Amino acid sequence: MTEQISGRTPRRTPERFAPPTRFAVPGRIGVNERTASVWRTATLTGIRPETPRATTFRFAVPGWPGHVPGQHLLLRLTAEDGYVAQRHYSIASAPDDSGHIELTLDRVEDGEVSGWFHTVARPGDRIEMRGPLSGFFAWPGDRPALLLGAGSGVVPLMSMVRHHRARDMRLPLRLLVSARGPEDLIYAREYGAETTAVFTRSAPEGVAVGRMTAAHVAPFLAKQPPSGWEAYVCGSNSFAEHASRLLVAAGQPVERIRIERFG
Amino acid sequence: MSTRRNGITDHVNITRGFTGRPRVHDPGLPPGQYDAGDDWPVLSAEVTPDLAPADWSFRIDGLVAEPRTWDWEQAHALPASSYQGAIHCVTSWSKFGVRFGGVSLDAFLHGVRPHGSATHVVAYAHTGYTANLPLADVTGGRAWIVWEYDGRPLPAEHGGPARLIVPHLYFWKSVKWIAGLRLLDHDEPGFWEGNGYHERGNPWEEQRYSGD
Repeated sequence: MTEQISGRTPRRTPERFAPPTRFAVPGRIGVNERTASVWRTATLTGIRPETPRATTFRFAVPGWPGHVPGQHLLLRLTAEDGYVAQRHYSIASAPDDSGHIELTLDRVEDGEVSGWFHTVARPGDRIEMRGPLSGFFAWPGDRPALLLGAGSGVVPLMSMVRHHRARDMRLPLRLLVSARGPEDLIYAREYGAETTAVFTRSAPEGVAVGRMTAAHVAPFLAKQPPSGWEAYVCGSNSFAEHASRLLVAAGQPVERIRIERFG
Repeated sequence: MSTRRNGITDHVNITRGFTGRPRVHDPGLPPGQYDAGDDWPVLSAEVTPDLAPADWSFRIDGLVAEPRTWDWEQAHALPASSYQGAIHCVTSWSKFGVRFGGVSLDAFLHGVRPHGSATHVVAYAHTGYTANLPLADVTGGRAWIVWEYDGRPLPAEHGGPARLIVPHLYFWKSVKWIAGLRLLDHDEPGFWEGNGYHERGNPWEEQRYSGD
């Protein structure tokens, strides 16, 4: 994956140092640093509420170089006095050739950037973005994927689900998504047979209320594809710690668990 | 409005209706960062390892006269040193007034006698996570191996039982669950550096990504 990385001093030794320990999850894809270093002006073209707290924002991004499901971008807002606020956001949409991308943002209490999006933004507004960034949490659709998300942590995972569906992939993909209640479940209408929802505070009649448990995770590991799962975990740190422990306890190899913690 | 960075003119659009947080001029806050206050977000990319102090070790090898491994007790026998100040994460938060206790990396390096040809290090974790650093960034009282945070044992999710801290660089360089340093005569990208992040990561020059 380093062949795309240019501008480094040529290395004298062909072999990279690998620690004498269990190797960390390797990156999935190369990141093109030229495209990732350019700020692009994006125009907001649509606003779509998902839940009372989460809204999807659609942008036209001229020159967007395309992304891999799971990647994120850096977004910035600039005040009249030149003050800049920038945040990382996961991309919700699947890669396509529409020239548009979508982000789904939680409304954060006192959120400087999310607050602007939820109260001020309207179609036609222009903001700046840079990316896509990081090849680590990316899923190019090459291996069976087991996705565990909570709250807005489902956003990069949804890009994978949408990609899987858009390409009509036969490769196994499963999503285990946790939300406080049915009204807080982002993308609720889009889920199909690949998805299992877990509700922590309120659930529809007949559905248990409670945290994700070993019983939710074990069946996926008991009936895994011959080559095993590539696991992706995304959410708050407490969810990520909890979900990754469940995966390890169920037998998922630690070097095949990728974690994106929101913070 | 435009700014220049690395010789590239960067045209900035004013965002309609965006005012942002009240401006508190804080000379301790690097560009593009905000004060996270009491929060200390956890952003490790791997599963938090279950590593007991008795199973922890720290090794320095590579271009040194005497490669050496310290266990928990041997490391604690070195002169205590602490860092109090700010830390800066590449995801834009900074945290002020943090207090870490441990041992200066100089004390460890003194014991192994680095060769004059050593210019860089790869710091690696017990998980296999890596970060590359110029040797000059981890010597001269600018880097520590720490096991205490705010007077208490460092929590596992923050790198406990022991982590590296290099607080003048973005915090992804401050390898959690530190296992060792290898001294090299060349630079070699670590985990995030191979995933598009900057080679050095100086927050004051906003070196977030390759090419910044």
